[in-house]
Amino acid sequence: MENYGQVVRGRESALSTNKVLRNTYTLLSMSLLFSALMAGVSMAVGISQGMALGAMIAAIVLVWFVLPKFENSAGGIAVVFAFTGLMGLSLGPMLSYYLAIPGGGNLVMTALGGTGIIFLGLSGYALTTKKDFSFMGGFLFVGLMVVFGAALLNIFLSIPALSLAVSGGVILLMSGLILFDTSRIVNGGETNYIRATVSLYLNIHNLFVHLLHLLSVFAGGDD
Amino acid sequence: MDLWLKIGTAAILLFMLWRLWPVANHWMKHGPKGTKKDWQTAIIALAAVVGFVILLIMMVR
Repeated sequence: MENYGQVVRGRESALSTNKVLRNTYTLLSMSLLFSALMAGVSMAVGISQGMALGAMIAAIVLVWFVLPKFENSAGGIAVVFAFTGLMGLSLGPMLSYYLAIPGGGNLVMTALGGTGIIFLGLSGYALTTKKDFSFMGGFLFVGLMVVFGAALLNIFLSIPALSLAVSGGVILLMSGLILFDTSRIVNGGETNYIRATVSLYLNIHNLFVHLLHLLSVFAGGDD
Repeated sequence: MDLWLKIGTAAILLFMLWRLWPVANHWMKHGPKGTKKDWQTAIIALAAVVGFVILLIMMVR
């Protein structure tokens, strides 16, 4: 009888995990499409760098202060779309810059495809192995602090090698965070699909931005 | 980059650092610790990413 109870609880847990996974990937794919659409609008309208920065600040305010109040209700979905839309808008000036340089279209498409392959590969790995990567948490968050600190310094120092190192570091950390976030969904550490979507979206967004930067430096179009 | 854009970006990064510190501290103190085998698995996956990024760089050069 006790074994039967354990089987039922295990089955309920697996069903709940599958539901979180399905909802996360559905919302993530829709919010990525919406973000891409808003990036297109941003380029078409030609928003300035200052407006892009404003959109990013608004997105950060939404994710840190508004989302926690709505993450357990349907209103959270609207907040996710508002957040990803603003993040898409903030990409406009950067994408316009890269698309204007010779071979820029190729660079953007390579970075986009590369981001997709890295995300699908790492997510697929975490999903199929069901391995728990939560042991990486301390390393990843301390790594993020180091990289943010270096990026902060480089805003005023403008050292090209440091900028390259920051991009390389962010790519590695975001790859680790994809493993970490996906394994937390699979192993029941994350049960809220709205929070899970925002985490995975941020990983993909940062991975794309820094992969594009790295590729453009090596292609000779940026410093 | 315009000075105000630099100041705005620096403010965002400072805010992120301020919000990230308790999270990093929590995971350092209370997060699960991985075995040598766990780390080997993670390093192999990250090494594959490094290899793939090098391939992409060679493609665009």
